Amino acid sequence: MMTLKVNGHDHQVDADPDTPLLYVLRDDLKLNAAKFGCGLGQCGSCTVIVDGKAVLSCVTPLVLLEGKKVTTLEGLGTIETPAPIQRAFIEEQAAQCGYCIAGIMMRAQALLQRNSKPTDAEIRAELELNLCRCGTHMRILRAVRRASQLMRTADASPSQRRTP
Amino acid sequence: MGVREKNPGADPVQEQGADDMASPRTIGGIIAIAAVAGAIAVAAMIWRPAIAAVEPPAPQSFDSALVKRGRALAEIGNCNDCHTVRGAKDFAGGLAVPTPFGIVYSSNITPDPETGIGRWSEAAFRRAMQSGVDRDGRHLYPTFPYDHFTHVSDEDDRALYAYLMTRRPVHAPARDNELSFPFNQRIVVAGWKLLFLRHGTFQPDSTKSAEWNRGAYLVEGLAHCGACHTPRNALGAERIRAAFAGGDVENWHAYAINSQSPAAVPWDADALFLYLRQGWHPDHGVARGPMAQVVSNLSAVPESDVRAIAVYMADMSGAPTPDRKRRGEDVLARAASRPTPQGGSGDVSGGAVYAAACATCHGGDRAPPFGGIDLALSSAISGPDARNVANIVLSGIRPREGERSPIMPGFADSMTDEQIAALLSYLRARFSDQPAWTSTVEIVRDARRSQSALLQISPSPRNAPTEATKRDKP
Repeated sequence: MMTLKVNGHDHQVDADPDTPLLYVLRDDLKLNAAKFGCGLGQCGSCTVIVDGKAVLSCVTPLVLLEGKKVTTLEGLGTIETPAPIQRAFIEEQAAQCGYCIAGIMMRAQALLQRNSKPTDAEIRAELELNLCRCGTHMRILRAVRRASQLMRTADASPSQRRTP
Repeated sequence: MGVREKNPGADPVQEQGADDMASPRTIGGIIAIAAVAGAIAVAAMIWRPAIAAVEPPAPQSFDSALVKRGRALAEIGNCNDCHTVRGAKDFAGGLAVPTPFGIVYSSNITPDPETGIGRWSEAAFRRAMQSGVDRDGRHLYPTFPYDHFTHVSDEDDRALYAYLMTRRPVHAPARDNELSFPFNQRIVVAGWKLLFLRHGTFQPDSTKSAEWNRGAYLVEGLAHCGACHTPRNALGAERIRAAFAGGDVENWHAYAINSQSPAAVPWDADALFLYLRQGWHPDHGVARGPMAQVVSNLSAVPESDVRAIAVYMADMSGAPTPDRKRRGEDVLARAASRPTPQGGSGDVSGGAVYAAACATCHGGDRAPPFGGIDLALSSAISGPDARNVANIVLSGIRPREGERSPIMPGFADSMTDEQIAALLSYLRARFSDQPAWTSTVEIVRDARRSQSALLQISPSPRNAPTEATKRDKP
């Protein structure tokens, strides 16, 4: 039994220490935004934020998460009050099938938290690890740029929220 | 002078006879003459004349076949690795090369007339390759591996010159080296050359095949494999008697590639060829760290040259002893059966991390490039220090832009130094028969600090178009 801090709440989790975080998020906590893609840390659809950094939850065992703060897409905003990154992806209609998008939003969020105005090259380099097979890459890039702008302007409030 | 003062009227002839050779004056004279002669000799050894500047030759003046050959040679020589800063203009120099004596910045070898080699004649270029002297006559630091390049034939120097002189000129002034005294005095380099630079020591071996000799010529010369894989002495020169016994480069260990190779399965010419050509081998893993650029370059050169290098290096590492061979076969057989991973022999948290984060690929039933290598086969685990595996765990394996490559996620953002250290200790205990590594936490901390730029940012794509004007186009 260990305590896992997710989206600002403590959860008591009864799982082996080598259980991947993704399984606990989806199966135990019913947080289904992070997706199981390859299970090998190669596609990025399981990306969540741990202590401010984008992490692949399918290859991150619980044993590494003692005392750390996990944020999933559910922790950023809601349907009623989406976070800037979510608003930007909706406004740019950056999802097609959407399977990769939660992971991409989380990695972009982590990038914008440490660098509020990334260059195109920085966005591309950061998202290199997250695959999208539908081919909405150009919209994804536009959405990240829009999110960057939203997060830097008052226009973003009231949905402007930082991760807990 | 003292003698003369005591005997002011003495006849010089008499004086000479009386004092014989013991005369301090004579000794002083001899010393003075010897000093002058010595100074002249030293000056002759260290002084090199400037070679007259030429009008930059027009690119069209070079034969295109020669340029093409020069391109392949430049790739074998790995020139772009030091002379190109990642993401910056090709061959414009400026890369910081750390040495035990300070930082040396690579030079601009584009044909820019002011800041590059645009005004260098072919003779000046050849002298730099053979003797490590620039066009102005200045001694170059041996970070530029002219101890190897001196073996390159005049014909190949001509092709390399043709290739470089037809690149796009880039105006990029040299950066000042950051060397401490006395190493910031180029005269020191002249002394270094007296001790360590040997011309004409490479001779073909008529008892070996033409392929072996081609490989020897490339390995000992242009490819300068020993620059990384041979340990260096206190003065930064390769220890000839320990050739290919393993060295250090950019916080990576360059494995021993002689009989002391740590590879679980002994290398042979075929395996070396595949590894050098495609960048990975199912029984040995993926070339990363500074070796990544080498294999990237070797993917585009004539196949026969890569095979020649493999043939020669396989001979250098020698035929494995029957015992070593059998152990290799055992490891391969065990890897093929891929037992379900479980913690136990090492640190508990290390075992748990391995099971959850590593085993899905490294303990699965797919060999590289689609799965991870069985770690019992990995030289990173059986090698003498933990730096390479620390670098890989932190940064993973990322393909270069436009390249096919196995990939591995990095764990820098999800594991602490202590957690990675525990994992490394576990891997060492479980997957090698070597003694435990020491100070792994410090090694991981250092690795995190000096994360090699090679893993962070992609350099120029593999098979970049020869035509410079097409480089920036999709």
